[in-house]
Amino acid sequence: MIRIPPAALIGLFFTGLYFFVAIFAPLIAPYSMTEIVGDVWEPSSSEHWLGTDNIGRDLLTRMIYGGRTTIFIATAATILSFSLGSILGFTAAVVGGWVDQAMSRFVDLIMSIPTLIFALVVLSVMPVTLFMLIMVMGLLDSTRVYRLARAVAVDINVMDFVEAAKLRGEGRRWIIFREILPNALSPLVAEMGLRFIFAVLFVSTLSFLGLGVQPPNADWGGIVKENKDGIVYGIPAALVPAVAIATLAISVNLVADWVLNRTTSLKGGRG
Amino acid sequence: MSDKLLKVENLKIGARIYPPGEKPRNIDIVHGVSFELEKGKVLGLIGESGAGKSTIGLASMAYGRGGVEITGGKVWVNGREILGTNLKDLRKLRGTEVTYVSQSAAASFNPAKKIMEQVIEASLHQGKFSKKEAEARAVELFTKLGLPDPENIGDRYPHQVSGGQLQRCMTALALCPEPDLVVFDEPTTALDVTTQIDVLMAIKDAIRDTGVAALYITHDLAVVAQVSDEIMVLRMGDMVEHGTTDQIINNPVEEYTRDLVSVRSTQHDGKPPTDNPVLTVENVTARYKGTNFDVLHNVTMELHPGQTLAVVGESGSGKSTTARVITGLLPPREGKIHFDGRDLSSDLEGRSRDDLRELQMIYQMADVAMNPRQTVGTIIGRPLEFYFGMRGAEKKKRILELLEEIEMGPEFMDRYPAELSGGQKQRVCIARALAAKPKVIICDEVTSALDPLVADGILKLLENLQKIENVAYLFITHDLATVKAIADSIAVMYQGRVVRYGPKAEVLAPPFDDYTDLLLSSVPEMRLGWLEEVVQSRKMESAGN
Repeated sequence: MIRIPPAALIGLFFTGLYFFVAIFAPLIAPYSMTEIVGDVWEPSSSEHWLGTDNIGRDLLTRMIYGGRTTIFIATAATILSFSLGSILGFTAAVVGGWVDQAMSRFVDLIMSIPTLIFALVVLSVMPVTLFMLIMVMGLLDSTRVYRLARAVAVDINVMDFVEAAKLRGEGRRWIIFREILPNALSPLVAEMGLRFIFAVLFVSTLSFLGLGVQPPNADWGGIVKENKDGIVYGIPAALVPAVAIATLAISVNLVADWVLNRTTSLKGGRG
Repeated sequence: MSDKLLKVENLKIGARIYPPGEKPRNIDIVHGVSFELEKGKVLGLIGESGAGKSTIGLASMAYGRGGVEITGGKVWVNGREILGTNLKDLRKLRGTEVTYVSQSAAASFNPAKKIMEQVIEASLHQGKFSKKEAEARAVELFTKLGLPDPENIGDRYPHQVSGGQLQRCMTALALCPEPDLVVFDEPTTALDVTTQIDVLMAIKDAIRDTGVAALYITHDLAVVAQVSDEIMVLRMGDMVEHGTTDQIINNPVEEYTRDLVSVRSTQHDGKPPTDNPVLTVENVTARYKGTNFDVLHNVTMELHPGQTLAVVGESGSGKSTTARVITGLLPPREGKIHFDGRDLSSDLEGRSRDDLRELQMIYQMADVAMNPRQTVGTIIGRPLEFYFGMRGAEKKKRILELLEEIEMGPEFMDRYPAELSGGQKQRVCIARALAAKPKVIICDEVTSALDPLVADGILKLLENLQKIENVAYLFITHDLATVKAIADSIAVMYQGRVVRYGPKAEVLAPPFDDYTDLLLSSVPEMRLGWLEEVVQSRKMESAGN
């Protein structure tokens, strides 16, 4: 029986809740996403729990569908960046030499351009689709993952058990996936939580700037953008997605911390 | 009471441990140990790792290292009880009345400060001496400890002196504030034997000249026999035997002490070389990438089937580099490796799978030589799978056979390396090497990280396996006692060259070359007065020259 500390329980609960709502959005949402159901910026009521938005759509419905889009994009981008970044990073560390140099300097080059500006430039010349968003975010983020994965793998690569595998004649695939990956997992998992949150923030930023998810589709950054003018009149609609982003960020981090703690104490793994 | 400098009564020490997947719990490390120490006397604390030696040593300063807590008993220093006193009083005690010399001087000195600054720091802090007095005293101690250029050595940084010199600097640091008691925690363990002898003599002289009392902690009974008046043998937090050095060495009562005393006496009769060596290293010269000097010069040696070639030397002599050249990790600049009648490719990529299979390696640090995320079954099973394509039941059967050969049961199959003891880990590494059915196993300091009794077990196991499997060992070690116990022939290395090579009986018989003589005479022997004899005979030799 695993004992889960209370902080991780809270994190697990909210993360689970958000993902559950995201997956089953069409079943849970009380109205349809684009349907205008009332006046502009109605306060919360029994019919509209969170009130209505700037053109009279149900805000709760928008939030649920928005969460679905945001979480989907962030998850896909994180998976992409981790698969790509860690495999390339491990490869660079294991192969070494000019391959490592070429890859690392290329990554330096990409990283020297501010991510947001890079993304804005790419998205303003390319069609803004979900696929495009995920690709741009995933590729940009993979440079960070590459850095971490390479650093961790360089450390592990010089350990005697890797040397023993090389002396046995093992191929690179075995060394990367069976010797290095299991030992590099814990720092990567911790980073994954962080990267996921950065992805959420990033896609929200892009939508807020108008280059992310396009209306009438909802996403949290877009909801902030649509309702930002209401703040001047004391209408809190724009704060609702902000709170959602914050709680998701905190809960995912609580879970990541817990996973990190467990995996490092497990079987004498690396700290 | 007044002549009892240190009195420890029924000392109990506990610690809180955090086993994975279980609730944290408290364990006892030391269960009620008592002893007394008079002024000017040296008490040796001896035992294997985990015996509680260092913990007891630190408790005499009322200190418990990370998570360790003194749970009971009393400790008096100079007639004052020190347990339970406040931190301010303890601070006065530590560094003036009781000082500490740790195992790794390199890790204990601040690399950013000059040696002198650190040596006199405690004395200045306590206001015992003025800066000038303290510096004069430090220079005097440097001279006493036989450091070169005692006037100026304090102006150097820790990285500018050798390991043995730094260890002596630390002894000076401990003696500088004129303490009543010095705790030496394995001060020579990290040093080469030839350096150890100088440091030991320096420590012994300094103790005699300054009249301090000392606790001398070590796992090496032969070392402690040279410096202490009394010896206390510890095992798993309990006192096994306490007596004068003479009694413990020459007349031990307890069985455990007898084992410790006789541990180095294993002998092995060298076999004569056969006609066809299985491994020949021919005129190998090698250097590391990016450097411009050779670390191996013209190294030549032969290993015969089913025999053991011991490669002996101090750190930096090129032993391990020779192993790297043989395994193909470091292609030599010149020279050749012949293996079983064929030429081996100089680099790893050029070698066939059979070349790799027949030449296996066992490492010094068994815990980093195994992937911490793989079970023992996976670790031993992988070579079977990789070289012989074994799967399923066939593989499992072979793993169980191998576990039996290394004297471990089937229940170890699903354990992770972290759940094994040091000796068990090394056994698993041996099984992994054997799984490949090799002709040669390179053993790189395989017993140096282990306690003497455990190391003895590993050596016996290796010898048995050699008889069964007819495998040859290239045995790299710095420990001549190990060499005597296992070797058929010996290559002595010094500064990248083989200075002496041949069958064991010849190498270990006079006339010696200078270096082999120095090396052989530096190995501590388990008898009283050995240290003085060696130092005396060396003085006479140098006077004769």
